[in-house]
Amino acid sequence: MEKRTVISPEGESFEVDPMKDYFCDARPKVYEPVLPIVEKFLNWARSESLWVLGFGTGCGAIETRPLMTPRFDAYRYGIQWRATPRQSSVFIISGYLSVKTLKRVVRTYEQMQNPKFVMALGSCTINGGMYWDSYNTINRLDHYLPVDVYVAGCMPRPEALLAGFDMLKKRIREGKGEGANLYAENFDWYKANQKKIIKDWDMPDYNW
Amino acid sequence: MAFSIDKILYALLTIFIVLNYGLVLQGIMPKIAARVGGRYGIRWYQPYIDIVKNHAKRSQVTHGIMFFLGPVFRLTGGIGLLLFMPVIFGSPIFGNFSFAGDLTIVLYFQFFGVLGMALGAGESGHPHSAIGVSRGLSQVTALELPLTLGVIAIAMQYQTLSISEIVAEQQGGVMSWTMITNPFATAALMLSFLGSMGRAPFDVVLAPQEIPVGPPTEYQSGFLGVLQLNRAIFPVAKLILFMNLLYGGATSWVELIIKTFVIYMWSVFVGVVFPRFRVDHSVRWFLGVPFILGIIAILLI
Repeated sequence: MEKRTVISPEGESFEVDPMKDYFCDARPKVYEPVLPIVEKFLNWARSESLWVLGFGTGCGAIETRPLMTPRFDAYRYGIQWRATPRQSSVFIISGYLSVKTLKRVVRTYEQMQNPKFVMALGSCTINGGMYWDSYNTINRLDHYLPVDVYVAGCMPRPEALLAGFDMLKKRIREGKGEGANLYAENFDWYKANQKKIIKDWDMPDYNW
Repeated sequence: MAFSIDKILYALLTIFIVLNYGLVLQGIMPKIAARVGGRYGIRWYQPYIDIVKNHAKRSQVTHGIMFFLGPVFRLTGGIGLLLFMPVIFGSPIFGNFSFAGDLTIVLYFQFFGVLGMALGAGESGHPHSAIGVSRGLSQVTALELPLTLGVIAIAMQYQTLSISEIVAEQQGGVMSWTMITNPFATAALMLSFLGSMGRAPFDVVLAPQEIPVGPPTEYQSGFLGVLQLNRAIFPVAKLILFMNLLYGGATSWVELIIKTFVIYMWSVFVGVVFPRFRVDHSVRWFLGVPFILGIIAILLI
């Protein structure tokens, strides 16, 4: 990602600095909650309209699909799937996370808008699970992203996932779903952890 | 037209009623589709919660002025379409800003929002937005052809460009509706209507399973909230337009709701039965049967 000179179709030549021109490298901000009574209502709306980012990592991705089917039908609880991180509010890390995927996960998480929530599935995200001594996967997701809810199991069944969503809703309604602010407050700590794992860090520290 | 504050208040009242009707429709239609599929489906008030949630997002990213204006243009297109039509025929309150040449301006507002959205989504710089916009624009351009032919046929039939007069001509029972008196124009219009509702088989532009969500890929938070407001108002405005042109308009809100609901169900039925077209399919399809029907409608007048 070094500076390079580009020649336009008209023959003009200009310099491109990918780190500056393609990314915004402003640090994340902490957003204070508004008036308690208003915040309570907004938190209720946030908890009843969970838009899940369809980002399949690990084997848990296969367990989230049945939630859309007639048997489990998560839509009735206000849970929908969105295809873009910009519009979604819940990020499901569905299982083991390889180093290569962690990079994409960090980028995707940072593109989501505050408030955002992370749900981690399976024992792989808690302590590494069956991959705990793998050379290529991380062990504790909590070190890299602020996790709101863990759903234990290997893999958790869709019923467990629904229970996890219920727990997430409860947390949001209680005003504890402040993961995005936590991430902004402890930004340096999270970044140091991420950089320890991702050796070829070729992006700005914060890219939304 | 003299300026009066009442007129503005009436217009706001119309927008309020139509917005709520649109949001409830948005909640009920997926519910019906879910019941057909053996699911329980979303709650009927889910669209309300979604809008509140999107406006309650604390941070938002803007990519520039056009990006900011995209949703504004889109909403203007929806509200403009609504306010230049007589919503309730003969009512001084819900006649709004209907005037002698409103049919032409209404046709223009059909396209206005799409163009604004194209500019806004273009500035976001996301490749999926660009692909979505090019798909959307080519599809809308193709469906405008039978739409315009049908509208011209109706204007020639009634010798007027005023929607109020077109509705007035249709009063006096089902037999005087355009549906009966000009079936070819009705067919052309109803086929192009399918495309403009954004449902299958013409939903390739926005479908999440295609390139992620198309033009609004980069839109989030409040921007998306405004787009959602428009997504409630715009379809209802279009339903009212087609009701006025083809099915004798409405003299009360109850009549309006029954008629527009039935017209909406037409697009829902077709969407449930037929699979999704790719854009090259849908463009070719619009240039086929609907286009020929539009030509026949004009020739037979």
